Amino acid sequence: MLDIKRIPIPALIGIVLTALFVLAAIFAPWIAPHGNAEIIGDVWEPMSAAHWLGTDNLGRDLLSRMIYGARITLFIAVLATALSFSLGAILGFSAAVFGGWYDTLLSRLVDLLMSIPTLIMGLVVLSVLPTNLVTLILVMGILDSTRVYRLSRAVAVDINVMDYVEAAKLRGEGSGWIIFREILPNALSPLVSELGLRFIYAVLFLSTLSFLGLGVQPPDADWGGMVKENKDGIVFGIGAALIPAAAIAMLAISVNLVADWVLNRTTSLKGGRG
Amino acid sequence: MADTKANPGQSKQGLLLDIRNLRIEATVYPPGEAPKNIVLVHDVSLTLEKGKVLGLIGESGAGKSTIGLSSMGYGRGGVRITGGEVILNGRDILKTGKDGFRKLRGREVCYVAQSAAAAFNPAHKLMDQVVEATLLHGTATRAEAEKRAVALFKKLSLPNPETIGERFPHQVSGGQLQRVMTAMALCSEPDLIVFDEPTTALDVTTQIDVLAAIKDAIRDTHVAALYITHDLAVVAQVSDEIMVLRHGRLVEWGGTRQIIKEPRQEYTNALVSVHEIEHAEQKPGTAPFLSVKNVTAAYGRSHIKVLKNVSVDIYPGQTLAVVGESGSGKSTLARAITGLLPPEEGTVTFDGRPLANRLADRPKEDLRQLQMIYQMADVAMNPRQTVGTIIGRPLEFYFGIRGRERDKRVAELLDKIEMGKGFVDRYPAELSGGQKQRVCIARSLAAKPKLIICDEVTSALDPLVAHGILKLLLDLQKEENVAYLFITHDLATVKSIADSIAVMYRGEVVRYGPKSTVLTPPFDAYTDLLLSSVPEMEIGWLEKAIKGRRMASAGN
Amino acid sequence: MSSPILKLIAQRIALGIVLLLAVSVLIFAGTQILPGDVAQAILGQSATPESLANLREQLGLNAPAYVRYFHWLGGVLVGDLGTAMSSGQDIATSIKGRLWNTLFLAFWAAIVAVPLAIILGLIAVRYRNGWVDKLISGLALASTSFPEFFIGYVLVYFFAVKWQIFPGISTVYDGMPFGERMQAIALPATALTLVVLAHMMRMTRAAILNVMQSAYVETAELKGLSAFNVIRKHAFPNAIAPIINVVMLNLAYLIVGVVVVEVIFVYPGMGQYLVDHVTKRDVPVVQAVGLIFAAVYITLNIIADIAAIIANPRLRHPK
Repeated sequence: MLDIKRIPIPALIGIVLTALFVLAAIFAPWIAPHGNAEIIGDVWEPMSAAHWLGTDNLGRDLLSRMIYGARITLFIAVLATALSFSLGAILGFSAAVFGGWYDTLLSRLVDLLMSIPTLIMGLVVLSVLPTNLVTLILVMGILDSTRVYRLSRAVAVDINVMDYVEAAKLRGEGSGWIIFREILPNALSPLVSELGLRFIYAVLFLSTLSFLGLGVQPPDADWGGMVKENKDGIVFGIGAALIPAAAIAMLAISVNLVADWVLNRTTSLKGGRG
Repeated sequence: MADTKANPGQSKQGLLLDIRNLRIEATVYPPGEAPKNIVLVHDVSLTLEKGKVLGLIGESGAGKSTIGLSSMGYGRGGVRITGGEVILNGRDILKTGKDGFRKLRGREVCYVAQSAAAAFNPAHKLMDQVVEATLLHGTATRAEAEKRAVALFKKLSLPNPETIGERFPHQVSGGQLQRVMTAMALCSEPDLIVFDEPTTALDVTTQIDVLAAIKDAIRDTHVAALYITHDLAVVAQVSDEIMVLRHGRLVEWGGTRQIIKEPRQEYTNALVSVHEIEHAEQKPGTAPFLSVKNVTAAYGRSHIKVLKNVSVDIYPGQTLAVVGESGSGKSTLARAITGLLPPEEGTVTFDGRPLANRLADRPKEDLRQLQMIYQMADVAMNPRQTVGTIIGRPLEFYFGIRGRERDKRVAELLDKIEMGKGFVDRYPAELSGGQKQRVCIARSLAAKPKLIICDEVTSALDPLVAHGILKLLLDLQKEENVAYLFITHDLATVKSIADSIAVMYRGEVVRYGPKSTVLTPPFDAYTDLLLSSVPEMEIGWLEKAIKGRRMASAGN
Repeated sequence: MSSPILKLIAQRIALGIVLLLAVSVLIFAGTQILPGDVAQAILGQSATPESLANLREQLGLNAPAYVRYFHWLGGVLVGDLGTAMSSGQDIATSIKGRLWNTLFLAFWAAIVAVPLAIILGLIAVRYRNGWVDKLISGLALASTSFPEFFIGYVLVYFFAVKWQIFPGISTVYDGMPFGERMQAIALPATALTLVVLAHMMRMTRAAILNVMQSAYVETAELKGLSAFNVIRKHAFPNAIAPIINVVMLNLAYLIVGVVVVEVIFVYPGMGQYLVDHVTKRDVPVVQAVGLIFAAVYITLNIIADIAAIIANPRLRHPK
């Protein structure tokens, strides 16, 4: 059913790169040549055969830190996306199907949350909350779920007024059949591509928070944190900070390419919309 | 327009448009496949004399609009003219290039679109848009052009011709906009106007006024026209000649009288005789099984009643047709009966007992007895379910039939709707329009209901396909003894299928009874208007109809 | 202008004010969700009970939350944003100069980004599906995937360190000559421009395409108007509203970008002020700055909506 030759080149590149990042994250302790916090040389050594990416601001192997950083970055981003997605989709669908005051209340609340830029609201909340992984995931997940809510509600509302849903209601079907058999299968393709975008956003949001010193705390570091650690080298012409920054960009682009392709593919499936 | 010949001295003679071996192609981009070329028009040739009207007729996909627009050198959305010649006023316009096209568009050839509401720019006043082409091509000063426009507004019987130009498009009704667009086309005094389904989007009583206005304007200005439509009866009123097209190929081309009276091709004959279904009226039985009594309904909390004190009866195995124009409340009646819109007052009784007002309060058995078929079959079926699931679900749901027994019943139902077993695993997107509607019919039959509500079920279909669906419905009625509540705006359909008729106007039933009674004079004013507005395939019908009217149409 | 429009605009503004009040509640509540309280958080686990009690007294934490909220709101409404806990300085005074700096930076970024985005959007539409369009779309995809600091540090690395054209740290001070000030903000303004440009361009392209595909544009073409006149007379008047909308929404997006960009370039604006005080857990400053950012964001959104209302001919010329 899935013919590799039929996958367009950009999507293929996206898949391969994303897979590399994921593999690095999963097998970090076995792949990384050195420990995460192990100091093995001078500060900001240039790239060499021994240290492919050089060393960082404390003399740690940058490649090893990048690999461990992939693990932390992906771990938090995946969990935050999972949270924002399940929360947003469940609330969005139920608001669309049940309607009434439940819908009004949720929608107004989401309007309110979205009237403040996510980063600003995140900073406000993080100014009083303890900085740890759980808070980080919760804050990211909840703030971002507003966007998933808007999308799933809009998609479900569109489908809910289709004649085939009315036909099911006239037949006397219960809300279980209507949500899971009539609405959900038709809502999947826009939601799946949104999943990719939400994940990218989670990566970027996490990196930004860590870069500002409010995300992952030392000695652990995600890629955003590594940019912060090494940014002072830039003015001396040392590009160590650019490496994790480029990794974030590359991951985001790869996932974007895959998400684009998935969206195009699923909409052209048999029985696709239109 | 046979009668223009009465004045031959005024009609300009000579060849205006000569299209030779026109070939039009487009590139389609099927998802997941390489782009490919498809041919939309295969070597079609036609000629048109000055001051004459040629009707282009065919079903969707016949290429009639594409041919019409080629006379302006225009291809919609990536459509390309790849072969042949389009000779207008003695020169091949295809050789004149972009500048040549610009000079002829709006000056030699003008265009009237199907939806004037979309074709007018919402940001500008009507007058500015009407005189725009005239000023652009410098054929008149602004004052002259405006004077001409006002005269045209008068000729097209627009209300307040002096001031209507000061209005914006959204301030004017659809029928009026269609006339303003005709005035816009005539304003620069072109040699040819392309009318692209100019009355299709209008209600039937409005259509006749606009049609008459267009016809008069064509006659008085001696402009030639290509009149594109799918409705043979309409085109018969305005054209001198008719060309029948199918799948981008010429089927038949002849004088209007010959095409509608003595068609030579089988396909043309099918189009001409499309409305002729013999259906003898059944007399109402002793007792109706469903009675709507004094039902009044309104949407939301608004106090505008969309249904006012409506009462109708439906007898077993018979068809009640509910006829009306948009806004008459005919679809609302269906929603009230099904419980989707609980009535404010009145009752619906079924088998002698009242039905619960709200859908949620009705037992499954009541739901089973009332099934519904929709206008747009493609949105009435879940695109992610196969035909087998769609037809099989009511069997599971109402009768608990599963597995092989269910598959057997689905196969029988597919057979009933004249589709084979091979369709079981198909998705709706893989079916044609007519097949989709057939599957919807099978789905409602699966419930073995006493009544099927058919809401404009043939309106979105091409005439021949619609004809097939109507025949199928009649056959099924005989076999299954099912009653229909048939909602439509199309009186021709009603004549073919109904046993009794209810005419609705602004939320009320204005005439109700057996078909023969309802369709026999004396009529009330509205029924008269409605009946007289249905185009008949007869030359000279339009003039007769306009002369005989007693009531002005509502939304012109 | 007719009264229905004024009524709609008044409604929209009133709604904005209500929203702003609700947002102030949200921001205030957002700083109260701590397990324990602010005093605990500031002093840490090792704090003595006396110092905790003192700080609570000093911060007025002994009063109920709603009393503190109205006290805070009352102050905000008369321009009193409170005092910073960490420095003891008056917040309103500290903010004044910084707000000006931030607006200066955002203004120049917008001056470059808005026309550039609209022109690129028009070019993409003019040559749609051609290589120019694909190139622009590709770059847009890439740049929406870039974190702000990647763009920022790449600029610093090349323009400040390798080629030494502009300073990598944007020092500005009162009374700085305009030319020097412009040179100081060259890199942060460029970074901000790049951050919003791609998104704004994509949305502009979509807005214009939407108008270009409408039936009245075809009508204009069939009147024989030249491509330029079709756009000028028929497409453009209908595209203004969606474009203004796009621009406003993206200027609102600039607010987020400015926080990170100021930190990268150590630029003394609101963003850096906010981040510094979040790290110091200085709640009054965070509340004040958060509210200002939210107010700007909401105002831009209101302007976008009002522009759409005014540009709609159906509302301007009611039946």
